[in-house]
Amino acid sequence: MNEWVEKLALCVERGKVNRDAPWPPDMKGQDGADELAAAALQSGCSPDEVLQGCILGMDRIGKKFSENKAFVPELLMSAKAMTAAMNHLKPYFQSGEVKRKGTFVIGTVAGDLHDIGKNLVAMVAEGGGFEVIDLGTDVSAEKFLKAVDEHPGCVVGISALLTTTMVNMEKVIRTIKEKHPETPIIIGGAPVTQAFADKIGADGYSPDPQGAVEFLNKKVA
Amino acid sequence: MDILAALNAKRVLVSDGAWGTFLQSKGLQPGECPELWNETHREAVLDIARSYIKAGADVIETNSFGGNAVKLAHYGFSDRASELSEKAAEISRQAAGMEHGVLGSIGPSGKILLMGDVTEEELYEAFRVQAQALERGGADAVICETFAAIDEATIAVKAAKENTRLPVICTFTFNKISQNEYRTMMGVSPAEAAAAALEAGADMIGTNCGNGMAQMVDIVRQMRAAAPQVPIVVHANAGAPILIDDQTVFPETPSMMADLVPALIEAGADIIGGCCGTTPEHIRAIAAAVRRYTA
Repeated sequence: MNEWVEKLALCVERGKVNRDAPWPPDMKGQDGADELAAAALQSGCSPDEVLQGCILGMDRIGKKFSENKAFVPELLMSAKAMTAAMNHLKPYFQSGEVKRKGTFVIGTVAGDLHDIGKNLVAMVAEGGGFEVIDLGTDVSAEKFLKAVDEHPGCVVGISALLTTTMVNMEKVIRTIKEKHPETPIIIGGAPVTQAFADKIGADGYSPDPQGAVEFLNKKVA
Repeated sequence: MDILAALNAKRVLVSDGAWGTFLQSKGLQPGECPELWNETHREAVLDIARSYIKAGADVIETNSFGGNAVKLAHYGFSDRASELSEKAAEISRQAAGMEHGVLGSIGPSGKILLMGDVTEEELYEAFRVQAQALERGGADAVICETFAAIDEATIAVKAAKENTRLPVICTFTFNKISQNEYRTMMGVSPAEAAAAALEAGADMIGTNCGNGMAQMVDIVRQMRAAAPQVPIVVHANAGAPILIDDQTVFPETPSMMADLVPALIEAGADIIGGCCGTTPEHIRAIAAAVRRYTA
């Protein structure tokens, strides 16, 4: 593997944003994802390889998170490092030189204002190589449908933290599937289970962000 | 009521049960601001407070869990944080009289400091305003509850401690990650949470919400080992919620929870009550079990 890819993946996995960042303490004073991405591109790495480094690093931290070997702070720092590296790819995304794997439309269901879980999934999906359209919290079925209309071929993710709001997911799924039966929909959130997902007609369920990315990869493959 | 003196006299105090799920059963709609009910549905909130006193609680909480300015911003009520929390404390005070205690509830902001969505100064200010309002409304203590991050909990405890004369309780919410190992969402262990809360100046520590009474016994044991002297407060969910026919059901019955009260006291709990899914019936059973144990 390209040496840059591995170096960048390590910065993303450890959450090393840039040279000045104090986190993690054992990498103090070293170059972070920001500097490495710039240097990699300058020394002839392809933008795709830089993206690969991000994906690899996020994949590693995502797995650790699923295994309870890393927690929200570590995941957030990794996402920050990933974003710092991805900023250098912006022109290549715009020119079409680098393509994302697909589009992921995500939001927290109507009546629910919680966004921490949804944001984590959005970050890990972005780090997994997807374009993320974040609709925010308290998102109505109509708003989800409009986003699917605007992003043909997208995958949809719906989040809920409360047992009282998770029941609103069914309406979103019905509304989208009526018009776009082929659109894959995954749901998640603390009270959500596979059995609930099956019952309301969701195509997937994941208890953690990594599972959502695996679902996305399967759907665009 | 002097909570610490009452603890010395009675050894174990009984606290109240759920407010959020109780409000929902009284008609609070998803997306509606629970703290606004202190103004618009005062009688309903008072009725919840009274029903816990009637069930045998020594102390009750206040309908102010989400009443900090940062969280109220969702509803456009940030500038009403002070009056809504003051009203919350007044209502619980009215139900409690002078013989029972009022714990003024402060929940987390819903923002993560690490994300940069909110600053330490904004959080401190929001918690200060709320703690002072709870004191004005007649609370006997401030309870900062359901915290996951040490930085945010520390700010909440300090804001209450430095700006009121009330004793401050700080409780965290843990998930089980492996056999006998617990962490908050932010990766904090019960021992780390206990040490951080005390370091911030909390007078009592503890745990709330969670996945049922049995896990609370483990968590309290670990907190007690880390903090041998300080009173420990437990507000336990009636198990993890499950959905049956579109209805949220909390699986632990009053007697199931009450059966674990002796184990919880032996693990080190000093104030015992319920969280999501617990009702006055649960508190009645817990109170009876506490009285039996301490008799």
